[in-house]
Amino acid sequence: MAQQFDSATFGMWVFLLTEIMFFGGMFGAYTVYRTMYPEAFAATSNFMNPAFGAANTAVLIVSSLSMALAVRAAHLGQQKVLQLMLVATMIFGAAFLVIKGFEYHEHWVDGKVPLIAGHWVWDGPNAPPQFAHQAQILFCFYFFMTGFHAIHMLVGLGIMTTMLIMARKGTFGPTYYTPIEVSGLYWHFVDIVWIFLFPLLYLIGHTKKLI
Amino acid sequence: MSTVLQAPETIETPNYLNAEYGWKSWLFTTDHKRIAVLYLISISAMFALGGIFAMLIRLELLTPQGDLVTSDTYNKFFTMHGVVMIFFFLVPSIPATLGNFLIPMMIGAKDLAFPRINLLSWYIYVAGAIFALASIVMGGVDTGWTFYTPFSTTYSNTFVITAATGVFIAGFSSILTGLNFIVTVHKMRAPGMTWGRLPLFVWANYATALIQVLGTPVLAITLALIALERGFHIGIFDPAIGGDPILFQHMFWFYSHPAVYIMILPGMGVISELVTCFSRKGIFGYSFIAGSSLGIAIIGFLVWGHHMFVTGMSMYAGLYFSLLSMFVAVPSAIKVFNWTATMYRGSISYETPMLYVFGFIGLFTIGGLTGLFLATLGVDVHVTDTYFVVAHFHYVMVGGMVVAYLGGLHFWWPKITGKMYPEGWGKFSALLVFVGFNLTFFPQFILGYLGQPRRYHAYAPEFQVLNVMSTAGASVLGLGFLIPLIYFLWSLRYGKAAGNNPWGAKGLEWTTQSPPTTFNFDETPIVTEEAYAYAKHEEAHVG
Repeated sequence: MAQQFDSATFGMWVFLLTEIMFFGGMFGAYTVYRTMYPEAFAATSNFMNPAFGAANTAVLIVSSLSMALAVRAAHLGQQKVLQLMLVATMIFGAAFLVIKGFEYHEHWVDGKVPLIAGHWVWDGPNAPPQFAHQAQILFCFYFFMTGFHAIHMLVGLGIMTTMLIMARKGTFGPTYYTPIEVSGLYWHFVDIVWIFLFPLLYLIGHTKKLI
Repeated sequence: MSTVLQAPETIETPNYLNAEYGWKSWLFTTDHKRIAVLYLISISAMFALGGIFAMLIRLELLTPQGDLVTSDTYNKFFTMHGVVMIFFFLVPSIPATLGNFLIPMMIGAKDLAFPRINLLSWYIYVAGAIFALASIVMGGVDTGWTFYTPFSTTYSNTFVITAATGVFIAGFSSILTGLNFIVTVHKMRAPGMTWGRLPLFVWANYATALIQVLGTPVLAITLALIALERGFHIGIFDPAIGGDPILFQHMFWFYSHPAVYIMILPGMGVISELVTCFSRKGIFGYSFIAGSSLGIAIIGFLVWGHHMFVTGMSMYAGLYFSLLSMFVAVPSAIKVFNWTATMYRGSISYETPMLYVFGFIGLFTIGGLTGLFLATLGVDVHVTDTYFVVAHFHYVMVGGMVVAYLGGLHFWWPKITGKMYPEGWGKFSALLVFVGFNLTFFPQFILGYLGQPRRYHAYAPEFQVLNVMSTAGASVLGLGFLIPLIYFLWSLRYGKAAGNNPWGAKGLEWTTQSPPTTFNFDETPIVTEEAYAYAKHEEAHVG
């Protein structure tokens, strides 16, 4: 049993390594373009809504807390707390996706979806015409990166549902909590990806105002 | 347990092949040995498919005029040859078949760490292969196996998304295999099986698994970006909006250069096993061979730019990549020297697997040395996109990897099936492979140096003689691959019973019965000596 626990957690860490490389490909490409077009990226970032982003950051950090508490409850064999914390984690995860949905809708209305013909508008005082093309690249990044992140959130919600079903059957206790531990690692990883996405996509244009 | 145990009657005893019957017992198995057999069947089918495309290419090149197929069709031929051979044969080949079968046995484990994930990886592989086949049936892809932008994202009118999806999916199969191997080697070793006693085949597959785990996700995201860009008609590699198509090449080769080490490292692992057995001598420089596998895995990640010397990448980057590419040759050379030193004063015998070892060392050395030519910036500019590159790549991949794979298959066939293949035919076909291979690809070095570009269906008439030689060689090579297929199948029914250890080889896998039982070992073996203790043959007590 101890060997299974060791193997499973080690396996999840190796899997998270592959996830780092997967997102790392996008972060790497982002870095290249931001170095090429720093002003364009800063200007474009003004069209992101930091209020949504900040709210989502808060939601995800709280979900990480509830996930950590769920793992602790499993260790201690507190079945009710475990189930409660899993449900809380799922609610926060779902809240993240709902907020993200509102945000995507705002971009859609604003004409900031270069991927769909007819939904890209670049004008107004905040939209310097010389950045019209390059801004599309940042929005492509925005949708690809947050999109892949959202897919990971959906997978996470699926895992949490499975964990909840298993927890209700009383599968977990002080001697066996490997799946909860491993799912927790995954959940925290997906949260951490967002911690990097938030400043890189939302805040780079706001530096001057803060200083 | 004695190491040399001739017991032909073991064929009738319970083993992993006769433990259960029926298709369900195969499709729902979690036995690493059965999954290895599933992989063996599927990658052999893909190898045959890729081989058909290769023969079509060689047929077209029999004459200087583009008379057999149109240039568009020819583009699809070499693309499908590359996609099928690389992503669906070479990448999974040794790890998924021999690795799957042998790694748990070599380290004294009952199975891999995650048997169900192992089965899942096979299903994912099949799903990826179905997408690749669908793209062929619907009309093919013409981008080359490298999917270069902006051609792949904007201009090609073929089924790029389907093929890219197939490769994307197959990549996850590769990741899961790698993940399984890493965890297995860390956590499942039998008592006494220290890192310093691991068979070199396991070391090689461990290094391969590291590359699979670290590299493949980057390929996945790159292909996903290609598919998205093609689907939405806009994306981050699009030069029309300031995107950089060369960035695609950087991201693609960040995986695809280390991927050639995914393909060759397991082959080197096989050779390390075979060369000691048939020299009856411990390996020379164990820790250097083990370390050089890791060295190749690490340095291999730092040299991808040598595929891009002529793309407009900065000259300083070119110098850097040129220099680092030279460094990769060092661990490869360490291996070759250690293998030859192992043979020195050994009592060498010339069974079929050993013939493949000789073939490998010779062909890989030529392939590796011409790799140094190509790593040299100035020479590379001269031979970029010529048949010289094609010849170099095939010397390493076919002359190296496929030859090692065939050698390993012959060596472990008795363990996998419990039957011997016919030795005479084995030697004959090993010879055919060697002769056919050289006849096919050596002329291509000359053609490339003289300036015949690759990827055209027509060529200047003065190149015809060498091209005819190459096509003739390809036919011989094809026969050399076909004969083993026939006699391997034949041996399943008519082959002599192999016994547990027909080669008198060392290693835990040879202490089990042939074919092994479902759980490999009756009791967990305890390892008390280093790997390849051939010199101490008389006093050996393994397990």
